[in-house]
Amino acid sequence: MTHRIDRRDLLALLGAAGTATWLGAGRALAAETPITVGILYSGSKQDYGYNQSHANAAAALRKLPGVKVIEEERVPETIAAQRSMEGMINQDGAKLIIATSFGYFDPHVLKIAAKYPDVTFAHCGGIWKPGMPENVGTFYGYIFSAQYLSGILAGHMSKSKKLGVVAAKPTPNLIRSINAFALAARSVDPGITVQVIFTGEWTNPVREAESATSLIDQGADVIACHVDSPKVVVETAEKRGVMSCGYHSSQAELAPKGYLTGAEWNWVVPYTDFLDRTRARQPLEHYLRGGLAADFVKTGPIGAVVTPAARAALEQTRAKLISGETVIFSGPLKDNKGNVVIPAGTVHKENDRALDPINYLVDGVTGQA
Amino acid sequence: MTSVDTLGWLALPLALLGGVIRTATPFIFVSLGECITERSGRINLGLEGNLVLGAMCAYAASYLFGSPWIGVLAAGLVGLLFSALHGVICSVRRVNDTAAGISLLILGTGLAFFAGKPFIEPQAPQLPNIPLGSWSTLPQVRAALDVNPLFFLGIAAAFALHVFFKRTGLGLMVRTVGDTEDGARALGFPVIPTRILATMAGGFMAGIGGSFLSLSYPGSWSEGLSSGQGIMAVALVIFARWSPLRALGASILFGAAGAIGPALQGIGVTGYYYLFNAAPYLLTLVVLIVSSSPTRPSADVPGELKLNR
Repeated sequence: MTHRIDRRDLLALLGAAGTATWLGAGRALAAETPITVGILYSGSKQDYGYNQSHANAAAALRKLPGVKVIEEERVPETIAAQRSMEGMINQDGAKLIIATSFGYFDPHVLKIAAKYPDVTFAHCGGIWKPGMPENVGTFYGYIFSAQYLSGILAGHMSKSKKLGVVAAKPTPNLIRSINAFALAARSVDPGITVQVIFTGEWTNPVREAESATSLIDQGADVIACHVDSPKVVVETAEKRGVMSCGYHSSQAELAPKGYLTGAEWNWVVPYTDFLDRTRARQPLEHYLRGGLAADFVKTGPIGAVVTPAARAALEQTRAKLISGETVIFSGPLKDNKGNVVIPAGTVHKENDRALDPINYLVDGVTGQA
Repeated sequence: MTSVDTLGWLALPLALLGGVIRTATPFIFVSLGECITERSGRINLGLEGNLVLGAMCAYAASYLFGSPWIGVLAAGLVGLLFSALHGVICSVRRVNDTAAGISLLILGTGLAFFAGKPFIEPQAPQLPNIPLGSWSTLPQVRAALDVNPLFFLGIAAAFALHVFFKRTGLGLMVRTVGDTEDGARALGFPVIPTRILATMAGGFMAGIGGSFLSLSYPGSWSEGLSSGQGIMAVALVIFARWSPLRALGASILFGAAGAIGPALQGIGVTGYYYLFNAAPYLLTLVVLIVSSSPTRPSADVPGELKLNR
């Protein structure tokens, strides 16, 4: 019964393991290596929004064999983030740190990464540049592709031909999403207009509710949202009997009557990429990005109110986006002040870095970036 | 949603009115509560904690017992107990009420986040609104005049408190305790118990203010629910010079000003939204300056308030 592993057996095992790695079976073995992953959120994991989208991926990681996930919520984007990361590394032995909030990147992740070179750091939204620590990777998704699909549904379902958008701040990511949403809806019916209200804050439930109310009062019958926690906007739309499009994670259960669909993140794909590379001790991807085709972003559950025709249009558009037949930002394209921003014949594909500094709202959108 | 067109610029006054009805209630309750506490000579800066704790407890109780009104009551009671802590702690000699308030603010929100985790996802019954706009065919008007009973209760409470302070013996006792401790002792008033009870009453009101956030507008419990209404309401009391009626007015003004930003963007005034969103704070500054008097400084300030010493 007591078969102890003596030193000789151990050496043999290690040797075998080493050989196996050399033989290329390393990936399979490495995939079983126990690893601790530390994840930091800036808000609550259950926000029906951005943080929850990450928490969903964390829950998926936890189910993988040999993976231990430790999480910390409400970590401020201050030196507290550094303390939290160091705690995960020193006390829990984390070998992969996933920092989910934009403000963690510079200087907090960069500083701690330089201090712990054998730990992998994956940051959501940051942009890695040469000269930054080699053990830092960044990832993000082309969410505007999923927003485009929401726009297709909104365009088909709207009766008043007025769509409303409650947005936090005019950052390039939000502007790309608003534009994609508007372009899609107007591809269905060019008579559709989109009205944007910026709340000026990532989270402010009362102002978000007021903004949704104001848009509905102006006749919008579909409300989309680009805030950290879309719960309030979706619920307000439901209470007023209009349709809504979600963001980040699924809000379908909050609005059983009016929910069309949502643009959702599928973070488990980049998470797994970093996890596998860390375990296999392979070099990281420093700038990991993906859209619909790479499954980084997806369309959430489709609401019961959506007609079969609209649903078919969505599937068709999805296929065209994935195949590259449809390119969202393609010329000729005018902004809402009448300037041509993309000349005829120019196309900016999903991963085109020319879209990074976008600062205009497209024709048909009322609002000011 | 038939052929109703947009209201255009008419939407602005309607939005302001609706904004007051929808968003002023938490300000009304918290500022009235703080009025009671400060009139007794203590500042409780922890009412934001009561507000968040009240919002969480109201939602939890409404979910567990199936009745939003039980939720409102639970929020009030929890607020009352939580403020009793402030009342008792500050009764110990040389305890600073400002510092105690700040620590209770942090404790209250922390407790609410901790205990509120299981209640973020379930859907609790919401308070029913009174459809005062049912006469109108315009959905905008009907929506704006969908009034929560707590709004009317808040207005009634302001008038009741006004009468309480001006016309009743108990009100006089609270004011005396707040104005001069020595005088109150000479008259045989129980200073410490009065202050503890006044703080508890303030906590009760603030808890109910919180229940409005989770059970009416914006509705549902989440950790980001309050955007500092509890802190602003405490400031409104100074702004209102410790008068319940003026506190009511200040809360209404604040509710209206908060609606300006979204309403203007809704109409199509798309620029300067950061400025418009700051309207309530700008307004506060302007009214503070206009209402200040160099000749009659702080005549309304309760004499025992620390900020006056």
